[in-house]
Amino acid sequence: MRYLPLTDEDRRAMLEQVGAAEIADLFRDVPEAARDPEFDLPPHQGEAEVERILTRFAAQNTSAAECAFFCGAGAYRHHIPASVDYLIQRSEFLTSYTPYQPEIAQGTLQTLFEFQTQVAALTAMPVANASMYDGSTGAAEAVLMAHRVTGRDRAVLSGNLHPHYAETIRTMAGLAGEIVTAPVSPGKAEELAALIDDKTACVVVQNPDVFGSVRELTPLADAAHAKGALLVVVFTEAVSLGLISPPGAMGADIVAGEGQSLGNALSFGGPYVGLFASKQEYLRQMPGRLAGQTVDINGRRGFVLTLSAREQHIRREKATSNICTNSGLCALAFSIHMTLLGDIGLRKLARLNHARAVALATRLTAIPGVELVTPVFFNEFSLRVPKPAAEVVDELLDHDVMAGVPASRLYNGAAECESLLIVAATETNTEDDIGRYTRELATVLA
Amino acid sequence: MAELRFTESHEWVSAENGIASIGITRYAADQLGDIVHVELPQPGKKLEAGGEAAVVESVKAASEIYTPLAGEVTETNRGLESDLSRINAEPEQCWFFRVKLSDATQLDRLMTRQQYDDYLKGL
Repeated sequence: MRYLPLTDEDRRAMLEQVGAAEIADLFRDVPEAARDPEFDLPPHQGEAEVERILTRFAAQNTSAAECAFFCGAGAYRHHIPASVDYLIQRSEFLTSYTPYQPEIAQGTLQTLFEFQTQVAALTAMPVANASMYDGSTGAAEAVLMAHRVTGRDRAVLSGNLHPHYAETIRTMAGLAGEIVTAPVSPGKAEELAALIDDKTACVVVQNPDVFGSVRELTPLADAAHAKGALLVVVFTEAVSLGLISPPGAMGADIVAGEGQSLGNALSFGGPYVGLFASKQEYLRQMPGRLAGQTVDINGRRGFVLTLSAREQHIRREKATSNICTNSGLCALAFSIHMTLLGDIGLRKLARLNHARAVALATRLTAIPGVELVTPVFFNEFSLRVPKPAAEVVDELLDHDVMAGVPASRLYNGAAECESLLIVAATETNTEDDIGRYTRELATVLA
Repeated sequence: MAELRFTESHEWVSAENGIASIGITRYAADQLGDIVHVELPQPGKKLEAGGEAAVVESVKAASEIYTPLAGEVTETNRGLESDLSRINAEPEQCWFFRVKLSDATQLDRLMTRQQYDDYLKGL
């Protein structure tokens, strides 16, 4: 098909049809001040010049591989076996989108089915979907799902839920109901149960929370269920589930988490993969796509996209969500990494992460003035330092140490976060990294 | 059972003593194909004439069931959920929900079987 631009005649006919005098009339709903903005941009450049400029921009970044790297707070640096990249780059996987004629792509559906099985096993939940865009949009979808399940529209968010997740929930579910956010309380127990009332659809809590604290959630699940509300459990570090109690074992009704840690690189923030699981009885209210296993007419095993009547191409505005796709390639990378690790491998990896973090915390808290705020943690913890954490991070960067994420970057203006540093350690951190961090922090604080 | 009345959106209605039972017609069941799920209204819910009352879902489609008559939901047929194939086998025996009519004269606006059959021929 050729591209034929519209003629002036075409435009006139269309404008007349919709009753507009000129094209500008179509933008009348846009506030005057926002119309036709002037951009202060340099004139266009040739390909070689653009490449040179962008290379210079890119060189301003410091990548995780260039320094001793201890940043987490939602995205984690883990080792990705070379076989993961090799396998996902096979053309059968790399170029296939969530299929429109799904059953013809049995291999794709099988990988999605395996992915769902792994997510269900990891979270200890009965059902999981074929993935969401990322953890934060998954969390927002979980809130909307809780609205549908309970017929209520109030959500209570933990103050220690990652602020970016809370913001995403407010963006996606803020018009659909009331959202109450508890005050931030690093390293301390929250009184979330008191915020749950008879109109509450769900309470959303992150474990380990944004400061790294690991919690027993059963009492909160009981408190929510007593009021007819659901417990939504969020996680940002999937590897933690190799060691700590999974959400399903603590009474979670819906689980939404970030799967980046397994098989997916940091990549400056994405693309990532959202993991989403639920109790069996809420299956029909789940967002996203679901691969199912069945048998064909000859009794052979086969895979289908199932329960698709929930989705927007069929249910239109009444669909369970606007997500009719998934993070297919990232989900595949997750699945391959999980398969390579296996049950025992994942547990070993989790233990190694925890051991590194404990070693690091022990060394860092031996420095005078440095205090551990989160006594129970997995591979991430928060430190109180004797000066603004953002300054500490900046100073250590000059010594090739990325010391963590200052809590003030996530909680703008919260006084108790000013001197709080969120620090993650994974299997990628060597003894040498830990030694360098300890030495440099002691110097900076001396 | 009272004589059935029909709607253009393929529901049937059977009304007795001010209570109407509402289900889907053979035509609707055949068009939808194998039904896999129904979503029934809460008893006590007040419905407007023409309002959405329930959802019926088949393998490839999901459709609203509208109540042609205003009133309050008195009862839902929970038994349907355990054997959904009955809806395809004998749709006129499968009521979805019952409504206490606020205006029984609304019934007169609906089609008789003869009128509905003629209506189907024109589709």
